[in-house]
Order: sequence, then structure tokens, then C-alpha cells
Amino acid sequence: MTVIGKSVPRLEDRALLTGMGRFAGDRNFDGQLHMRVVRSTVAHGRIVSVDTGAAAAMPGVHAVWTGADVADIPPIDLRPGSALQDLEKCRQHILVQEIVRYVGDPVAAVFADDPHRAEDAAELVWAEIEELPPVVGLMDPPGEFAPGVSTEPAVFEKGYGDVDAAFAAAAHIVECELSVGRHAGVPLETRGALAIWNDAEARLEFHAAAKIPHTNRIALAALLGLELDQLHLFEGHVGGGFGVRGEIYPDEVLVNLAAMHFRRPVKWIEDRMEHLVAANHSREQTHRIRAAVDADGLVRAIDDEFWFNQGAYARTHGATVPTVSATMLPGPYKVPAYRAKGHIRLTNVTPAGTYRGPGRYETSFVREGLLDRIAAELGLDPLDVRRVNLVAPDEMPYERPFEVGGKPIQYDSGDYPKSLQRFLDHIGYDALRRDMAARREAGEMAGAAVICFLELGGDGPFDDVRVEMAADGAVEVVTGVASVGQGAETVIAQVCAETLGIDYAGITVTHGQTDRIERGQGARASRVTVMTGNATHKAALGVRAILLETAAGLLQTAAEELEISGGTIRVAAAPEGGPSVTVADAAAETLRASSGDRIAVEETFENDRATYSFGAQMAAVSVDPRTAGVTVERFAVAYDIGRAVNPMLVEGQLVGGAVQGIGGALLEEFLYDEAGQPLSVTFADYLMPTAMEVPDVECLVLEEAPSTTNPLGLKSGGDPGITGAGAAIAAAIGEAIGRPGSVARLPVSPMRLREILTGPA
Amino acid sequence: MTRISLRVNSVDHDIEVEPRHSLADALRDRCGLTGTHLGCEHGVCGACTVLVGDEPVRACLMFAVQADGRAVRTVEGLDDDGAFNALQQAFHEQHALQCGYCTPGMLMLATWLVERGTPVSDDELREVMSSNLCRCTGYRNILRAVRSVLDGAGS
Repeated sequence: MTVIGKSVPRLEDRALLTGMGRFAGDRNFDGQLHMRVVRSTVAHGRIVSVDTGAAAAMPGVHAVWTGADVADIPPIDLRPGSALQDLEKCRQHILVQEIVRYVGDPVAAVFADDPHRAEDAAELVWAEIEELPPVVGLMDPPGEFAPGVSTEPAVFEKGYGDVDAAFAAAAHIVECELSVGRHAGVPLETRGALAIWNDAEARLEFHAAAKIPHTNRIALAALLGLELDQLHLFEGHVGGGFGVRGEIYPDEVLVNLAAMHFRRPVKWIEDRMEHLVAANHSREQTHRIRAAVDADGLVRAIDDEFWFNQGAYARTHGATVPTVSATMLPGPYKVPAYRAKGHIRLTNVTPAGTYRGPGRYETSFVREGLLDRIAAELGLDPLDVRRVNLVAPDEMPYERPFEVGGKPIQYDSGDYPKSLQRFLDHIGYDALRRDMAARREAGEMAGAAVICFLELGGDGPFDDVRVEMAADGAVEVVTGVASVGQGAETVIAQVCAETLGIDYAGITVTHGQTDRIERGQGARASRVTVMTGNATHKAALGVRAILLETAAGLLQTAAEELEISGGTIRVAAAPEGGPSVTVADAAAETLRASSGDRIAVEETFENDRATYSFGAQMAAVSVDPRTAGVTVERFAVAYDIGRAVNPMLVEGQLVGGAVQGIGGALLEEFLYDEAGQPLSVTFADYLMPTAMEVPDVECLVLEEAPSTTNPLGLKSGGDPGITGAGAAIAAAIGEAIGRPGSVARLPVSPMRLREILTGPA
Repeated sequence: MTRISLRVNSVDHDIEVEPRHSLADALRDRCGLTGTHLGCEHGVCGACTVLVGDEPVRACLMFAVQADGRAVRTVEGLDDDGAFNALQQAFHEQHALQCGYCTPGMLMLATWLVERGTPVSDDELREVMSSNLCRCTGYRNILRAVRSVLDGAGS
């Protein structure tokens, strides 16, 4: 029996299919107060006064807080290791102390006995704000953003090799400017928080935690002035993560602080408009990039300068997105010399953090757009330009000699050219290109393109897992990981079941509960299957050894002679029907002998190297020249995951990611007017793909190159679907309109595409 | 407060609501049925889709008082004592859900389509299901799951 590699259905589904989920909004505690946040309606201004009198006098209103009430709470810290230069000076207070810096900045918080009354009262809070001129342009010359803080709080360089010499000797130099608009994860469940002060245990409990409960426990305890054992976080169901949910925002801190202060449960559920102006945005960056290129399209060097729009404050992710952008831009290509200079800019818009595939979605678009320009200017086939630049299999492991976290980047394994060829064969690329050429001949605007990308994940540095078995053989896996809907419980159960030789469906996986396990790294950076999977394997091996030792005594043989399969331990060499003992009986006997109630083995898996994997995406599109509307006719993703624990779930990640990425390529953008007023505040103006805008995404899950960084050979699977989607759509549109490399900005709205179609060739 | 009566999944609920409470508020806060989810509260995402008198309705856009005396069906009424119905089973087998937040609305919309009992082309299926948003699955497996039930129901 083997269950790793099988597309078994998910353990998570039953509650979610029967309406028994426990999302943030579904939880209630007796006597709870409901919080409503009053937000700035101007992008930049000085608070003259905040009149809370009328709100506080309303029936059912318990309290109204303004900045003065929480002045002793420090601003929210950046995650350790993510700060850069002056970014720490740009941290956000949980309520504005003097200057509002974006539409949505929290000015006051109302607490009432009913959510509707809290909202009524919030409307009566009157903040008089003296407006100041806002900074809205990413590319404006640097100036002062706040006293002692420039609009450019950090500038950094990443690179290696002799870039200047390569450009001096270059046969061709190709340059362009490429931009990605502002968009975000936008999960269907808005944020929410529920905190109670547990008097009996003298501790604060934060329910509806997500993503990184253990990390947030440490950060929240510090903010609230609590000892670590006075705070516990509990994860429930989570309605989508995508990087944006589960970070520490002002709102979550306010809920916890209020529960401590009022000694009553406090609940907060964000509404959709709040989410679109208050939760992290992401992506927005502009690159001015040039390449030194040989006549055959081989890139000798890349020189890139880019500007990243951080918005009004630095948030928990610090400089993560721009630094990953700089280090991942070269992607799956050799690029022997490279320099990236990143400018982090502050503007009076919603602050930015990560969104699924951070830094990779953006720079895949930039890099692949550059390659399309190279192909166009040199008269080469765009795929040939990719092939000549791909890292070769005999160069693995491939080292990119800039340092990230004190270590050079090392691509662990892969045969990129072979994976690309398998993808081309799989999608029938040659026939597709011929079809598209024929349609263009006939006067249609139709085109297809393939782009390549590189994914990283499996981020360490550690994961702890405790595997426990009761006397009846029931298994619980306790982890510090979190679930954001990706199927973590199923995959972890599969790894445990494989190792123990039992059925995965009977395994309970406990995650996101800080009172059950001391440490945890959560669900971030596409890491769960790699890190938690390997830690589970290690701990399950420990339980297996204990069971085999007991069984060896019962069966009067050596433990090495035994195997476990289908929940039964037997002598491996013996014929069917030979002596055996069930796992449950071996567990019961072990616990009888030791007088324990559970066999428990806790193990740590440590890893300081990320996994790197190759992928490619294909888009086939047609363009209506009258409306400049784009129809995505086909979309396909190939991804080498090394070893797929559950191919069905891997495909689910690829398809879902691809559709999100198509949204960012064609539809989704947070727009602002000159006054810094947000224009995308409902789902009628922040457009996400429906089933009508996307085809059924095709997948090719490859297992060409297991990772060398971990015993199970696993690579990450959360982000690759989205990573190359913007690049693929842009390249296909360029083909369709007969102007390869012409899409310089995402999303390609009809208005922008019309400008390209009517502009100079 | 206004007293209304809803028949939800064949169970009568006599409840008090404010005139401004939506049907979703009433189901979630007064009837204790939290399977109906709110994703946008402005009628776009469809996560709150329920059936009122066998027609799909955005429960965030209908006032509770408008549903007084009506029969309402929600996700909690689909299974038979814990046994999945055909749509739930198809969603499970086809991996048509990830975070599960849009799932109740998708299931209720698909229930309407399946019960309508008329042939449904692939284009029509896609168009009908496009009234609800999903941020995780990319729709492919949802369409496959509903299609498999439509095909089964028609055979």
C-alpha cells in the first residue's frame, strides 16, 4: 500500500460541504462586543480633532477609542529579518496618532453590543482632518514623506559578475520599461478576529488566527505587553489566504487589546470595502531593464532598476517583495552577470505586503517581456531565445552567487530544457502556432506563446511535528503549520499514513493551535508540504520504530524482519496468513507496558535551503480589434514538483493560481485618483475572474527532478500556477496583435490595449 | 424588531429581526445556520446564495422581512443525515473546493441548475456558474463536478 503520489480526496471537505465550517464570522462568545473601525476618508492630512461624543452616547455603545487611548502601544513591527534601512521608521500605529496617510488609515474604533449598532455609531464619529497634499505617483522625484522619512526610505542593490564589461562588449543592447499594477490576494472571506480574556487561565485567546499563529503569538505578545504564556492563538477555518490574510494588522491588535482591557470577548468582521482599502495590496512596481545580448539571443548581462510602491507604511513583510523581486528576476536562465537596483517608495495609498508568488509574478512578466523584445529586435524565435539561455542540466546544482540570508542561491535540481520540451509536446505547441499563424493570415488577431519561470519554496528554517498514537491505534499529527484551504491536513496525513502503513483517512491533523505545540512556522512561502511533510515523516518513523519493537516481541522475531501494511504488522518474508499483529494491538501493548496513554514522538526537520523548480506556461488568446477585449482561449501550466504527494491537489493549486494570475494580467487593479481616493472599492470595480473569463486550465505535473534538499524529495506547489500567468498572457497578446513584446504594463485593460493598437508600431 | 417566520430546510423558525437585517443575517444570527457565507454583501460574489421558493437568491440582498413565510433552502439541508448528496459527493471527488468559503453558494446555485431538469449545455453551465466567484479553484473542477451530476441526473 502506498498513498504518497495518490490523488485521494481531502479530509477537509466534509465540514466545508455541509455548512459546518467554523470561519471567523461563525464563532460567537457570550457577552461579546463588536468592533467597528472608523477609517480616514482622506489620503493625507493632520487630525485636528476626533469627536466621539455622539457615538459614545448611542445605546449599546460600550466605548470609542481614538489614537490617544492606545498611544502606549508601539507601532506594528516588521518581521525579524525583513527590515531594510529606514523602513522601520515607517511602521503603522494601530490608531493614527496625528497624521493620516491613506484612505483607510484607522482613526477610531467603536465597541458596541451589536455589529449593526457599532456601524451606526462609527458613522457618528467625526474626525476633523486638515488635508495635506498627497504623494500618489510611484515615479515622482523623492521628497519628504514624513518628518525625517524620505518617500524613498530604502534603496538596495543585488548582483554579481561584471555587468559593465558585458555591456561594453555587447553585440546588442535591448532595453525597455515594464510595469505591474497594484493588485492583491482578495480572499473571499474578509478578515476577522475574535479575542477573549480567559480569567480562569489568566490568558488572552485570539480565535480566528491564520497563516502564522506561532509567529504572530510572539509579535502580538510583545505589542500587548504580555508574557508569551499569557497569549494563545487558535486557527479555525480560513477562507483563503494568498499571503494577505493572517498578518498582524492594526485591526487584529485592537481586538486583542480591547478584550484584555474590557475583560469581555470582542469580535470584528471586516466588510468588503474595508478589505479593499485596509488589507495589504501588492505587486505594483516599474522596471527599467536592459540586456547585453549575443547575436543568437544569449544574454550576457542584465541591468535592472526598479521602483516598488510600498504605500503609506511598511508592514510586517518589510522589504520581502522587492528583495525577492531582485533575486528571482533572472529565473531559470543563466544570466552570467546581473545587477538590480531596487527603490522602495512610500505613497499615500494602502500599504503593501505579499501576494501569492511575491516578486516572481512581477519579475516573470518583466524578464519574459525582455526576452520577447530581444527576440523581436534580433529577429529570433522567442522559444529559441529561451532555450539558449536556460540553465543546463549538467550545471545542477546551479549557484547564483548573490547572497540571500547569508547564503548563495542554489537551484537544487532540474532538467529545464527537457521539462520545456515535454510541455511543448503535451500542448501540441507546433500545431497551435501554425493554427494561430493561419488565423492571423485570415485577418484575425490571435496568438499563442510559451514562457518559462522558476519557483522557489519549501522555506525553513524548521518545522516541528509530534505524532501521537492512542491505545486503539488512532493517530493525531500535531503541527505548528496552518491551513489556508490548500489541503494541508490531507497531505500531512498522507505522508504519515505512508510512513506508518495505515489508512490516511483515519488520521487527525491538528494545526494552528499554539497551546498544542511550542513552535511553528505556519503556512507561508509555499512551504507546508516540504517542511511539515518531512517533519511528519521523521516523527512517524519514530512511532513506527516503537511499534515494530513491540511487535517484534509479540511475534518473536527481529524488528528489521517486520513490515507494516494496511494497519497490520507482519513478517515481510512470510507468506500471506503468517503471524501478524495489528497496529492497534501493538500500540495497546506498548502503552500497557509503559503505562502511558499515548505513544508520542516529536521531531524537528531543519532546512536552510529553499527548493527551486522549473515551470512553463502557455496562453492562447484572441483580441477583438473593435473593443480591444481579450479572450483567453487556452491556458496551460507545466510544473516540475519533484515528487507529488497528491497530484490532484497539485493540479488544484496550479489551476487556481493560474486563474488568479490571469485576473492580474487582464482585470484586477487598485486604481487611485490624483487626490489619493481609491477607485476600486467594490467587486464591481475590482474585477476578479469569473468562470466566463477563463478557460479550463490544462496542467502537466512533472516529477522529473526530486529535490535534493529533503529526504522525501518534495518541492513547493502553492505558487507556481500564478507565477508565470502575467508573462504568458502578455506574450500571447503580443503575438496576437503582431507586436511581440509590446505589452509593457499589467493588467492589459481594454483601454491600455487600445492604446497599443492605435499607437506607433 | 419584527417577527417573521421562515421555513428553512423544512424546519420552521419564528424569529425577530430588524427591518434592516438581510436574509443572510437572519439565517446566520437568528437561525444559527452559519453555512451561508458573506463574501461581499453587495451582491457580486454569490457566496451567500440560497434557494428561496426553489429560486437562487443572494441572501445579502434580500431583507429578512421579504422572506417572511417563504421556504428557504441552505447548504445545511443538502446532506442526508451526514451522507453527501450527489453534488456534495461530486465536489468532494473532483476537488471542487479548497478553502470552502464560496462552496455553499456554489452548491446552492448548482442545486437549482440540477433540479431545473432541463438540458444544460457546457456554455450555459459556465454562464450560470459565473454568477458566483471562487478565488481558489479556478472554476475548472467546480464545472466538472456540476457537469458530472447533470449528466448523471439526465441518464
